[in-house]
Amino acid sequence: MKKMKFSVYRYNPETDNKPYYKDYEVELEAHDTKLLSALIKIKDYQDDSVSFRRSCREGVCGSDALNINGRNGLACLTDLAGLKEPVILRPIPGLPVIRDLIVDMTQFFNQYNSIKPYVIDDRPMPERERLQSPQERNELNGVIECILCACCSTACPSFWWNPDKFVGPAALLHAYRFIADSRDQASSLRLDELNDPYRLFRCHTIMNCADVCPKHLNPTRAIGKIKELMVSRAV
Amino acid sequence: MSLPIMKYEAVIVGGGGAGLRAALELSEAGVKTVVLSKVFPTRSHTAAAQGGISASLGNVEDDNWHWHMYDTVKGSDWLGDQDAIEFMCKQAVDAVVELEHFGMPFDRLDNGKIYQRPFGGHMSDFGKKPVRRACAVADRTGHAMLHALYQRNVKANTHFLVEWMALDLIKNKAGDVIGITALEMETGQVYIIQAKAVLFATGGAGRIYQASTNAFINTGDGVGMTLRAGFPVEDIEFWQFHPTGLSGSGILITEGVRGEGGYLLNGNGERFMERYAPTAKDLASRDVVARAMQIEINEGRGCGPKKDHVLLKLDHLGKDVIEQRLPGIREICLQFLGLDPIKEPIPIIPTCHYMMGGIPTNYKAEVVVPNGDNMESRVDGFYAAGECACASVHGANRLGTNSLLDLVVFGKSAAISMIDFIKNHHKEYKELPSDAADFTLNRLAKLDNNTTGEAIADVRTEMQIIMQQHASVFRTDTVLLDGVAKIEAVAKRADNVSIKDKSKVFNTARVEALEFANTIEVAVATMICAQARKESRGAHARLDYPERDDVNFMKHTLYYKDGRKIVYKDVHTTPLTVDYIQPAKRIY
Ligand SMILES: Cc1cc2nc3c(=O)[nH]c(=O)nc-3n(C[C@H](O)[C@H](O)[C@H](O)COP(=O)(O)OP(=O)(O)OC[C@H]3O[C@@H](n4cnc5c(N)ncnc54)[C@H](O)[C@@H]3O)c2cc1C
Ligand code: SF4
Ligand code: SF4
Ligand code: FES
Repeated sequence: MKKMKFSVYRYNPETDNKPYYKDYEVELEAHDTKLLSALIKIKDYQDDSVSFRRSCREGVCGSDALNINGRNGLACLTDLAGLKEPVILRPIPGLPVIRDLIVDMTQFFNQYNSIKPYVIDDRPMPERERLQSPQERNELNGVIECILCACCSTACPSFWWNPDKFVGPAALLHAYRFIADSRDQASSLRLDELNDPYRLFRCHTIMNCADVCPKHLNPTRAIGKIKELMVSRAV
Repeated sequence: MSLPIMKYEAVIVGGGGAGLRAALELSEAGVKTVVLSKVFPTRSHTAAAQGGISASLGNVEDDNWHWHMYDTVKGSDWLGDQDAIEFMCKQAVDAVVELEHFGMPFDRLDNGKIYQRPFGGHMSDFGKKPVRRACAVADRTGHAMLHALYQRNVKANTHFLVEWMALDLIKNKAGDVIGITALEMETGQVYIIQAKAVLFATGGAGRIYQASTNAFINTGDGVGMTLRAGFPVEDIEFWQFHPTGLSGSGILITEGVRGEGGYLLNGNGERFMERYAPTAKDLASRDVVARAMQIEINEGRGCGPKKDHVLLKLDHLGKDVIEQRLPGIREICLQFLGLDPIKEPIPIIPTCHYMMGGIPTNYKAEVVVPNGDNMESRVDGFYAAGECACASVHGANRLGTNSLLDLVVFGKSAAISMIDFIKNHHKEYKELPSDAADFTLNRLAKLDNNTTGEAIADVRTEMQIIMQQHASVFRTDTVLLDGVAKIEAVAKRADNVSIKDKSKVFNTARVEALEFANTIEVAVATMICAQARKESRGAHARLDYPERDDVNFMKHTLYYKDGRKIVYKDVHTTPLTVDYIQPAKRIY
């Protein structure tokens, strides 16, 4: 059995004036390969007050984004092997902490809602499916896989400074998802609504977002495409 | 003690596929609706569904709903209610087209129509050969569906209470459901939510077993709350073991892999499914494949040093097909096994996957329970849909891709029933009894006052081991009887668990304790009902009663928590418009 050391950000607003770090040592079995297993071992057998979100344990639900040794990632997809010890676990940065590793995601989801995250097509619907070619559909690959984990937006300095005004990489990725969908009829409205010094143009192509996305998506590329469309539309 | 009270005409517990489909219909109809979910809706386990959603679109080859209905009845091993099955299969095409209209990004064929792949048990021409009926978004169908439904609800301005956990049903003296109690996790505050109609869409409970494809939050809350309120649950002994869970972690590898042409190999390198199902082979029904695998392993023909798994081979499909149609599977294998399925086969074992039983409903998603001579009397104000419900369309064994279909068909059906009930029959809120929340508050007080009980993790692990050893793929009387005694002992311990953390704000230890109180009810019910059913049908395979027994057991189990009582009710043998599909031996 292997032991590993963790240092976990702790804060409970009922009892703590300020956050602190608490150290844990965890005995790992052979099948404990991911960080989430270690966190669950701490909660189950050492300290049931450690609070974090988790659900699917396979990288599809987007619950367990954390800042792991200074880098955002999902606990369930992060290999324990190779993590420098003590592993420092913090909540994803830039959003208000509710408790321990749990942050308030309201601003993140408000930005998501702000881009009108649904296909807009007011034409009468055909009796059967609308047609879309495989090529048109492939435009959505690399975009629809997003699990709304917020690893990207909370790694983005522009989002830290203006979470209320800058849409942020995740929601911009989704803005592109609908612009790129051949069924959507509202591209120009979408572009109008992003054409703002803050909403889109706070992105300075720092690339943190694409760096940390656990689904290997590339919000920077999507943002670039939106910017290109704005330029080509202007001429 | 008085609690804050909220009022909504329609309360939906669950923000997965079923809950969101219902919410959309209700919101668009202008009913004052709220959706409660333990997690942000897109984090519900519907997101994990991979392979597809069934509908006889016939986009690739001839298909129609009669064939789909036949396959579903046969898949259910004639335990499914044929009126509900007809209802679902007939609606399938419209339901999937509707999802496309909602913006779901289906894969496409060259002619622009929705892409379809073959799936286990789905056949053409009443069982002749596999048919392409599963509509897919690569191997991420559930994720795409859940997000599309959520997005549509954003458009419809649906009201959500996110990270709220429903704790108990509230009934009045007449036995009508008139609301729920619920915990707001962020503050720890408990509320009464008064309703004209309550819909449960709380999903499955696969976490009763040790090896499971289910998420941590799939703890059977809907079933637990229903049982505690004195209502029965139906056919809870039927659990689907998915043939292809990753050996070790239990993470699912979709049947779509076999739909795309993958197949199973035993330790001798033999494609053994040819022996068990000469026609459908690797695309036989799940129960058939899971049992075949277990026999191969039990008889020493497993793979690996411990001969404890078999292999799923797909490298022959080629890099292009795997990258285009099964990218998520490849990612899972790389992530969790460090193995690339483009080059190597995947080690797999049968893994607990799906709860066929649940809260008894009719095809209108109204909860129906025995009342005097009437075995299916409506409970006023109570509805259920999705995996937590038993309509019963899946009977003794669900066909792959029929669950996502079930979610949208019965989610919508529930909403239509609720709209009618709220607008036409139930204009006023019924009066809350003064003790409406006492039951819940007593449970919470007991948990808070207990400082010496056992830790949840220990008792929960014990439950999972017992379920795995006594009630999995193959079952016998001696093992089940022993299992009943053991699981009842664990239930006693579960009643006395304690948590150290007594704080209010986002206390996930308390949430886990409250969840476990539900999960253990599901486990006990499963063991008791499995012991009582002395036949083999679908996923319930008894070594001591290897044949299906239509004379004594073509009937639904109804289990009550009180006194651990079991009664049985008839299977519906009158479809809505077509002829009854007569029972036959299941051969694939
Ligand atoms: C890995 C995997 C792959 C699958 N693949 C397929 C497939 O390809 N095709 C197919 O047809 N089926 C598939 N299935 C089955 C199918 O996905 C599920 O049966 C289905 O998604 C369940 O949906 P649901 O809406 O009933 O519940 P869920 O999606 O599980 O949602 C349950 C909801 O209820 C909420 N909830 C639960 N308890 C409470 C409570 N006490 N208070 C408040 N909220 C609560 C949760 O927060 C959640 O929002 C798969 C299942 C798994 C596990
Ligand atoms: S590329 Fe843009 S969105 Fe991404 S991290 Fe940098 S500033 Fe933020
Ligand atoms: S783009 Fe990637 S990092 Fe950002 S929310 Fe989506 S999945 Fe998470
Ligand atoms: S637990 Fe679902 S993404 Fe990690």
